[in-house]
Parts: sequence; C-alpha cells; structure tokens
Amino acid sequence: MDNEKGDGHVPATPLLDELENGPWPSFVKEIKSAAQSSESAQDLLGQLELSYQEKKGHWKHGGLVGVLGYGGGVIGRYSDAGEQFPKIAHFHTLRVNQPAGWFYTSAALRTICDIWERHGSGLTNMHGSTGDLILLGTTTPELEPTFQELAQAGFDLGGSGSSLRTPSCCVGMARCEWACYDDMKLCYDLTMAYQDEMHRPPFPYKFKIKCAACPNDCVAAIARADLAIIGTWRDDIQIDDAEVAAYTAKGLSIQKQVCDLCPTRCMEWEGGKLAIDNRNCVRCMHCINVMPKALRPGKDRGAVIMIGGKAPIMQGALLSSVLIPFVPAAELMETLQELVRRIWDFWDEYGNNRERVGELVQRVGLPAFLDGIGLDPVPEMVASPRDNPYIYFQAQKGDER
Amino acid sequence: MSTAPKRITDIGPPRYDQYLHPVIKKNYGKWEFHENIEPGIYCHVAESGDRIYTVRAGSPRLLSVQSLRRFADLADKYCGGYLRFTSRNNVEFLLDDPAKIEPLKGELRASGFPVGGTNNAISNIVHTQGWIHCHSSATDASGLVKCLMDAVYEHFTHEDLPAKLRIAVACCLNMCGAVHCSDIAILGVHRLPPKVQPELIRRLCEVPTLIASCPTGAIRPATADGKPSVTVVEDQCMYCGNCYTVCPAMPLNDPENDGLSIWVGGKVSNARTAPKFSKLAVPFLPNHPPRWPELVEAVVKIVDVYAKNARKYERVGEWIERIGWPRFFQLTGFEFTRYHIDDFKHAGLTYARSAHVRF
Repeated sequence: MDNEKGDGHVPATPLLDELENGPWPSFVKEIKSAAQSSESAQDLLGQLELSYQEKKGHWKHGGLVGVLGYGGGVIGRYSDAGEQFPKIAHFHTLRVNQPAGWFYTSAALRTICDIWERHGSGLTNMHGSTGDLILLGTTTPELEPTFQELAQAGFDLGGSGSSLRTPSCCVGMARCEWACYDDMKLCYDLTMAYQDEMHRPPFPYKFKIKCAACPNDCVAAIARADLAIIGTWRDDIQIDDAEVAAYTAKGLSIQKQVCDLCPTRCMEWEGGKLAIDNRNCVRCMHCINVMPKALRPGKDRGAVIMIGGKAPIMQGALLSSVLIPFVPAAELMETLQELVRRIWDFWDEYGNNRERVGELVQRVGLPAFLDGIGLDPVPEMVASPRDNPYIYFQAQKGDER
Repeated sequence: MSTAPKRITDIGPPRYDQYLHPVIKKNYGKWEFHENIEPGIYCHVAESGDRIYTVRAGSPRLLSVQSLRRFADLADKYCGGYLRFTSRNNVEFLLDDPAKIEPLKGELRASGFPVGGTNNAISNIVHTQGWIHCHSSATDASGLVKCLMDAVYEHFTHEDLPAKLRIAVACCLNMCGAVHCSDIAILGVHRLPPKVQPELIRRLCEVPTLIASCPTGAIRPATADGKPSVTVVEDQCMYCGNCYTVCPAMPLNDPENDGLSIWVGGKVSNARTAPKFSKLAVPFLPNHPPRWPELVEAVVKIVDVYAKNARKYERVGEWIERIGWPRFFQLTGFEFTRYHIDDFKHAGLTYARSAHVRF
C-alpha cells in the first residue's frame, strides 16, 4: 500500500477517514490522537487501512509471551505485515484486572495513562469483554517493565488462556438500591482467593465468574459466566402504597404495565391497592424496575448460583442453569469456595481439552455432575422433569435376579 | 547486589472500595431509590437523603491516553475526580452537586462524547477487537460499531423506544463479545472451510489436538508427503474457526466470502420473560468497509419496525414472540431461507411443534 505520510505523524488513511464522519465518537480519531506521539499507533493506522482495503485482518496467532512467573494476562500478537509496519511487528496486549464495578479516580486513570505512554501504544480499551482494562499493543521487552510499574501502582494482570478469567461484577451496593448482596466485595474476595488460578492457567479451558447483584444481570452473567452469582431475595417485595399511588397519578397503568406483564400474574390491582402473592413471585424485577420508588426487593437477600453459561465455541452456546436456588448473602463466600473447589476437581478429572464446564455438564448429564460435586437434586434446577423414559437406574441392593 | 525494587506479583486488583466517591462510600448498600432525570442522567437517593448524580456518556471503547486524561480532567473539574465505566463501554461521571450537570454535559458534547444510553435508549454497543487486534476476525468490529451508532445516534440520546435495546458485535464465532443474548447481534461469519497448509502443520501443530478441536468431527487424519497432516470433510464444516485457533495452519480468512449475519431477540435480564438467545434474522450480508451500508440499513430497519410495533416494556424478543416470526419477516422484508432452520444439535427444539399458526 501507499505508505505516504499524511500530516507528518500519521499515514494517509482515506478509508479510515470515512470513519471520522458522523456524530458517534470515532475510534479512528482516538488512534490518530495517540499517533501524534506513538509510532506504534501510526503503524496500527497503516495496517488497519490495509485491512480496510483488502477486507482481511493482518494479525498472526499469539505466541507464548508474558511476564515472569505468569502464564496469562498477556495476549501475544504479531503482524503478518511486520516489514511494512515494523513498529507493530509485535503488538501484545496486557489485560489489567479492573477495579470492581469499574470505579476509578482521575489520579488512578492518569497513573495508568503515564505508564502506558512510556511503555506502549497509548491505546486502551475501557474495557475488554471480560471486564479487564486493556492496554492495547506493546513489544515483548516492554511487557515485564510495564507489569512491574503497574504492580508498583497497585494494579495486577487479569486472566487469559485456560485460567480463571478476571471475575467481574456490576455496580452493586455502590450505587444501586437493588443489590441483593455485596457483589463488589464478593468479586474482589474471590479474585484475591484465586490469584494462582488466574495467573497460572491450570484448567482444561477458560473459567469465568460473574457477579450480578440482582436478576437484571447488568454483567450478563447468565449468558457469559461458567459460574454466575445472581442476587435475589426470599421474603416479600417491599411496597410503599403512597408511592404506588404517586406513580398512578403520573399516568402509569399499574394493571397494564405492571400486573399484566408479571410472568406469574402474581400481582393484583384492585381498589387502588397493589397486592402481591409473593409465594408465586419469581423475582424477575419487572415491577420493581417500573416503580423503583414504590417497590423494593425484600430484606432476606442472597443469590442464586448458576452454572455453565458460554458462547458457541465448541459445542454451541449455553445459558447458565440453576445449581443452588438460594444462598444467604452472609454465607456466599464460604459456600462458593467449597463449591468452586468441587467443580474444579470434577472438571479437572473428567473435562476434555477445551471443554467448558457447561459442556462437560451437557456431556455427562447434570445428575452425574451433581453426584460428582456432592449436591442433591432439587426441582429448582430444571424447567421441567424429563419427558423421555430412557432412565438409567442406578444399581441398588435387591436388584440381583 | 542489585538495588532494583523487589518484584511484585499476585497483588490482585485495587481493593473494591478504593476509588469510591465519598457520598458512595458513606451510603454503600443504603440506596433507597433512583430517578431518571433525563436521558443519560440518573439521580440515586440514599436512605440518609444523600444524592449522587450520574452523567453517562458514550465512548468508542478504544480510547487513547489523551481521551482518558480528558475524562480525568472533567472528573476533577466536576466531580472531585470520581468516575466509572459501565459494562457497555460508557463512561459515567459521579457528581454530588446537580448544578454541575449542565456544564459537564456541555463539555462532554463539545469533546464529542454524547450523553445518553440509559433506560429505553440504545446503549453503547459491546464488541470485539476485529482488525484492530484479532487473528481470527471475519470483519472489523470498531468500524461496524461506529457506523451503527452513527445511524442510531438519536436513540442513544433519546429514551424513545418501547424498552431498552442492546446491540452487540462479534467479529467471528468465538464471540468474545458474547453477542448470543442481545436484542440485535451482528456476527462476522466465514463461509468456506479452512485451507489446510500441510507444511505449517508439521512445524506448528499437534495433529490429535487439531482433530479433537472440530465440533463436528470434520477434520480427519491424513498424510502429506509422508508426514502427518489432516483433511477437512467440507460438507461437515460450519466454519467456526476453532481449528484455526488451535492450529495456525488452518486459515479461513477470505475477503470475498467472509461477511456478516444478524441475530435478534436475545436478552440476559430476567425481567418478565426468561433470558433468551438471539435468533437468526439475516444469514449473510457482504463485508463492505468502511461504512457497511447493507448492514446499517438492515439494523435500522429492525429498530424502526420494532419501535413502531412493539408495546411498552416489550424487548425485541418479547415483541417477536407475541407477533410470531412469520410476521417479523413480513414486517422487516427479510427473506426467510433454509439457513434460518436449525440443523445442528437439538435442532428440533426450535421447530414449530403446535398447530398454532397466524394468518
């Protein structure tokens, strides 16, 4: 491609320039901004323009690169056009474990910016899909110094490869009235408890933990986590009748927009009074979402533990399913540590290479998995009992003929 | 002896409460309710009566240190230095003084970061790396997101849809963006089997691992020039790229045949109906950088038809379940093809197993 320089800092990029038009903030402007002082950002622009011309990527497989003593946290990346774009011949990414709930101070952000400007491209993702702060692109010799400067500043790397991936959580009790447990603390405590499993990949494949503090699931735990911890409550929804009346006065139709959309029709609106049959409430959150000033989750709070969510590779996408219907908030950490140990032992013993735990459950069946981890079956685990009669009865005394 | 500082490892992330605004720290776990002041602005009220205001702005996710420092400057100027990011790549400024909301909004807009993305708006798009940084992508991701958000921009800055609408982009079936439970998902797809490169297999790959990597058993052992290699049973290949991930000698990138598919109706929230997968709406659109006009047109079509026809609080999937898939294809004008009918595992679960038919 024509490698003529544009304004002295950045190469000419007629195709990418099209992506500076329009109202939404432009990633091309971001790369050009970094390219004012970063040669690797200049070459990234050049290579990306080439990809836009040829309609194909120019990155090779990652090699095994990383920092001393860790088996993860760095995604190795090499250009297949390294002669043309020498500053991104290696362009490795560091995954930095984000603070819980993605809270920062301006000082913390500036510290990271300063480190990254000294050692890398000056480009980041805020944040990667799993939750990490992504430092996008540096060379092999810069990895260890970057890591050590980050560590001095109080940051560590996240997970990659067949490891515990960086756990993530929603905003939780920090700024949400619906938080049914302290998921920022739980996420932090779990992350600290499993530093070794995160930094030194020990598993057949990746393992993701996500903590959502209510069933709205703002971190998509149910779809994306091998182990999803989703906040819920056992007692009655708290109702403030005066605030319910205030919503109706503002034009909300309680019957149409609340009661009729309740999945179990457990709500009645009669004579200006809202009544909830809490025994039949499935804690879906709709009514609470619609009337946050009038309705609140109950006070006996905790979480449902679910297993097996994942994207398609290899055997197809899975949504998580219920493993423990309720764990009181105060018992979550202890329960999860015991549960995780048993799940990892079973997966280590029976999982195939590149088999997520959800696929293992599908392959051996949930009953065998429950036997393996020592949990009793309960009806909350299934949408319905089986509808086929091909039952494998287990041998028991008196079977002899 | 070296005087270098002691090497630090395994310290984990900053403590979970290290960067919290003082009002948040004081009222942690004691929030009572929230109000939506306008698109992009929340007010959370604590039991103590304290209030924290959130101003949410969209970002391209890929951010330079210059833009991050701009965010830091704004946080210093308006909110004591406290800010956060959301799970959908928005930045949120946390203020205790409502008088500072308007000037902050003004500066954000002037810097090119739109305020919005809350409630019944289209929030920012979660997405993958694409040509920026990925070896297996069938398309770019950041570019698609830019074009789509330009086209639905007014739905980011206005809460004008029946319910929240969440879009995701993944540039191959690996789905680092886990698009499989989104209201609208764009998925980059390959369409031809990998081209086996025997000379590279010898150098770079372990043949049994490569064979085991195929979900459909399409990769079979073979010999090439007397050395271990593989062949691909092409009829069995569904182009997932898993073999390429474990073995670089199996490339599937193909500029003319790679493209985009569109999936609709997924959700992760438990509100009203159970979480659900996105379903195929358009099996293949051409990959046309830099502005992907065919894709943008199709997504805008879905948004428009949904906005016009869905009831209040109905997510895309809930709306389609009410009106039925035939009507969805009729309203959007998308062609229904053999590719829309599942023929992989558990395929029969998606077949119409009742005599319920709308006319």
